[in-house]
Amino acid sequence: MPEKKIRVLIAKPGLDGHDRGAKVVARALRDAGMEVIYTGLRQTPEMIVEAALQEDVDVVGLSILSGAHTTLFPRIANLLKDNGLDDVLVLAGGIIPDEDVPALNELGVRGIFGPGTSTEKIVKFIEEEIGKR
Amino acid sequence: MKLVERLLTGDRRAIARLITIIENDGAEAQEALAALYPHTGQAHIVGVTGAPGTGKSTLVNELAKVYRKRDRTVGIIAVDPTSPFSGGALLGDRIRMRDLSGDAGIFIRSMATRGSLGGLARSTADAVKVLDAAGYQTIIVETVGAGQSEVDIAKAAHITIVVEAPGLGDEIQAFKAGITEIADIFVVNKADREGADRTAMALQMILDLDHSSHLSSQTPEWRPPVCKTIALHGEGVGAVVEAVEEHAAHLRESGNLQRRERERIERELRSIITQEMTRSFFERLDEAQFDSLVDSIIRRELDPHSAATILLKG
Repeated sequence: MPEKKIRVLIAKPGLDGHDRGAKVVARALRDAGMEVIYTGLRQTPEMIVEAALQEDVDVVGLSILSGAHTTLFPRIANLLKDNGLDDVLVLAGGIIPDEDVPALNELGVRGIFGPGTSTEKIVKFIEEEIGKR
Repeated sequence: MKLVERLLTGDRRAIARLITIIENDGAEAQEALAALYPHTGQAHIVGVTGAPGTGKSTLVNELAKVYRKRDRTVGIIAVDPTSPFSGGALLGDRIRMRDLSGDAGIFIRSMATRGSLGGLARSTADAVKVLDAAGYQTIIVETVGAGQSEVDIAKAAHITIVVEAPGLGDEIQAFKAGITEIADIFVVNKADREGADRTAMALQMILDLDHSSHLSSQTPEWRPPVCKTIALHGEGVGAVVEAVEEHAAHLRESGNLQRRERERIERELRSIITQEMTRSFFERLDEAQFDSLVDSIIRRELDPHSAATILLKG
């Protein structure tokens, strides 16, 4: 019989063209039994939030390597709130300097995973956070 | 039910939540479907199927753009396969539909098959009802990359577009039963590639042979047109929409629309009964008896059919 699946949107905001990391994570989450919606490169904050809303995801994973997270993430966080999606778990991966982490946490980005993070760690984090609900 | 009320006003969050509820098949699902059903039956449902890599998602993207230019709102359900090993799925059809974002007249939802084998998820037809009740005028359903037997789409849609591309095999492939038999329209996509004319000609030849004795087509007087497109550049897609409109007019004028609708509902009802009976049977199943019968079958003391008869008699 059908069961509840964790649905995850993996998105690449901004202009950098490197999505290998995003694809590796998408694949690992699929292998952990989640339904992963992958939207491809160069997504605007509006596109990401629209997809999160239509797909009714539990988790949004943002991958960014361009350094533009300080401008893009606040925009995404605000749009999620405006659309009533405050309950969505937001994760970030890619190149994010340590000094930016507190500000991102403040915005509601719950998990931040830099280069070298094992995919098991990400899977476990998502399962635990979603399990709390 | 509050969500259904919100859905009827076009609330996009309510649409998304309701599709999830229906996919997860909880107690709320049946209640929600009952509440929204009176508001369905307005949308034109267009199925798009074909082998992996023929360009289905790209074609759907372009079809939606043509419909939007004609001021029709468009709902899209794109189905991708669930992994039989992990139960997870990678849903990537939105990658080809990025042109459609930011348009309030479009709603796209990705669905995983969750174990269904007919090219759609078990709850795809019900997700279509959600978009229908929400007022989307054209609903495009894209199947998983389908080969020869994923023909459920023909039961769920008013019209089925089968997408082919050059170089996928000789015409014998098309002679085989299956998805070529459910086509109301053929699209030969990637028509700028070598072999496109040959593919189109092979399809025409099959249609010549089939036309007088087409068992699967429920409207024998409709000969499926073969449209050539280069979906990546939007070329030829307007003609596909024209063909869809002609088919809809043909169904209305020939009186086949009501007949097909009745047949579709009969099939749907039968399939729900089958599912419910199976579910309630397994809920009441005596697991100990089941296991001991399996042991007997392994020892060749009993055959599986006889064991099933014993269990079904309870």
